[in-house]
Amino acid sequence: MGKHTVLYDTHVAAGARMVDFGGWDMPVNYGSQIEEHHAVRRDAGMFDVSHMTVVDLEGPKTREFLGMLLANDVAKLRTPGKALYSCMLNEEGGIIDDLIVYFLRDDWFRMVVNAATHDKDMAWIGEQAQAFDVQISERDLAMIAVQGPQAREKAVQALPEDARAAALALKPFMALKFGGFFIARTGYTGEDGFEIMLPPGQAAALWQTLIAQGVVPCGLGARDTLRLEAAMNLYGQDMDENVTPLESGLDWTIAWEPAGRAFIGRYALEAQRDAGIKGKFVGLVLEDKGVMRSHQKVMVDGGGAGEITSGTFSPTLERSIALARVPMSTGDSVQVDIRGKLGKARVVKPPFVRNGKILVR
Amino acid sequence: MSKVPADLKYTKSHEWIKSASDGNVTIGITDHAQEALGDIVFVEVPQPGRKLAAGEACAVVESVKAASDIYSPVAGEVLEGNAGLSDAPEKINADPYGTWIMRVKPSNPADVKALLDAKAYEQVLKDEA
Repeated sequence: MGKHTVLYDTHVAAGARMVDFGGWDMPVNYGSQIEEHHAVRRDAGMFDVSHMTVVDLEGPKTREFLGMLLANDVAKLRTPGKALYSCMLNEEGGIIDDLIVYFLRDDWFRMVVNAATHDKDMAWIGEQAQAFDVQISERDLAMIAVQGPQAREKAVQALPEDARAAALALKPFMALKFGGFFIARTGYTGEDGFEIMLPPGQAAALWQTLIAQGVVPCGLGARDTLRLEAAMNLYGQDMDENVTPLESGLDWTIAWEPAGRAFIGRYALEAQRDAGIKGKFVGLVLEDKGVMRSHQKVMVDGGGAGEITSGTFSPTLERSIALARVPMSTGDSVQVDIRGKLGKARVVKPPFVRNGKILVR
Repeated sequence: MSKVPADLKYTKSHEWIKSASDGNVTIGITDHAQEALGDIVFVEVPQPGRKLAAGEACAVVESVKAASDIYSPVAGEVLEGNAGLSDAPEKINADPYGTWIMRVKPSNPADVKALLDAKAYEQVLKDEA
């Protein structure tokens, strides 16, 4: 038996199929995961993401600490509530985790890190923070992600009345605190929406109120097809400690300037960048029937080979899509070894879908 | 609790078998199987005329989650694969017992009799749980 979020009983009562995810018993689907996926792209769906770790960092040197800890630069966060997405690297430039960090006050930042990497993340952050006298506190908060074109409108109806106007006024990648609620306009689906952190004791009531507003409960199955359509990496699958952001399509998350910012992993990344990256991270769209999956081999013209990092069936494109690491020389199309049969796939520039729109051929 | 119609035969690998009066059988996957697989997106059916051994993998049902082999419950010959599954594989999820995957002519009618009945299959499900 794995760990349970505060919404476990709610999921079971709703007939969800539960599965172990990083040591937690989480809902994969309540009914059709494809219908759950469509609900998010077309309307509003919600995910229990309470298994993720919310960690607050406090102290006058917090900003300086994060400037060293993270590959993206928190100096970009000047307005209270502003957030950014970053990788946290080791000295070799390998990715320890990916996360979102929120600037709340000069002496207070909040990070949300992955559930499966909880133990190593907390150990690493704690170790690195010592020199900066930063207080690290894990917060006991539940988290519900409400996503879709109607998500924000429906979600605010479930929030305290006095919070509604401010919540609706949030710009993308901005967050606000209201009483025990922390509302962020962030997400992992490629649609607009909120991620709402709140006291665990209030989560079940909020979940039911959101259902009453017409928000559809969605499980991890839909979460995976949505994030892959949006080409959002999944830690542990698209990247891990053995690869750098430069090899994972995350060049854009590295803040090279100012040149003097010695973030952990910088020198290794510079060396890799200067030597030239050996492969590229691309999107694939399968032209044949079948579903591409992690670790399947990708064959390219000239005899090189690559590997699928994440693959699935895209409900929006109605065919299989994948992210893959392939040789630099890879052209417009490849072949993928799907259970012994070769399928033809087109190479595309991700993302595949954003805000309900298909962006690739 | 998944449905297990009393008038069908079953296998441990979650196929159902319906006998016609001419001894030929129609084969599909059970409610338990479709639920475990989740949304089915592709089905590969065998070609007519193909000879099958009992337990031979002869069709594939692929859901968003995983690809699953379908095993022939009996030795025999493929009469027909359900071509309609090409356009609407999700019919298997919606109506697992009303949606057939293939029709087979058994080499030996006794093999069909020896398959699990509904009670025995229910026990398989209980044991697996």
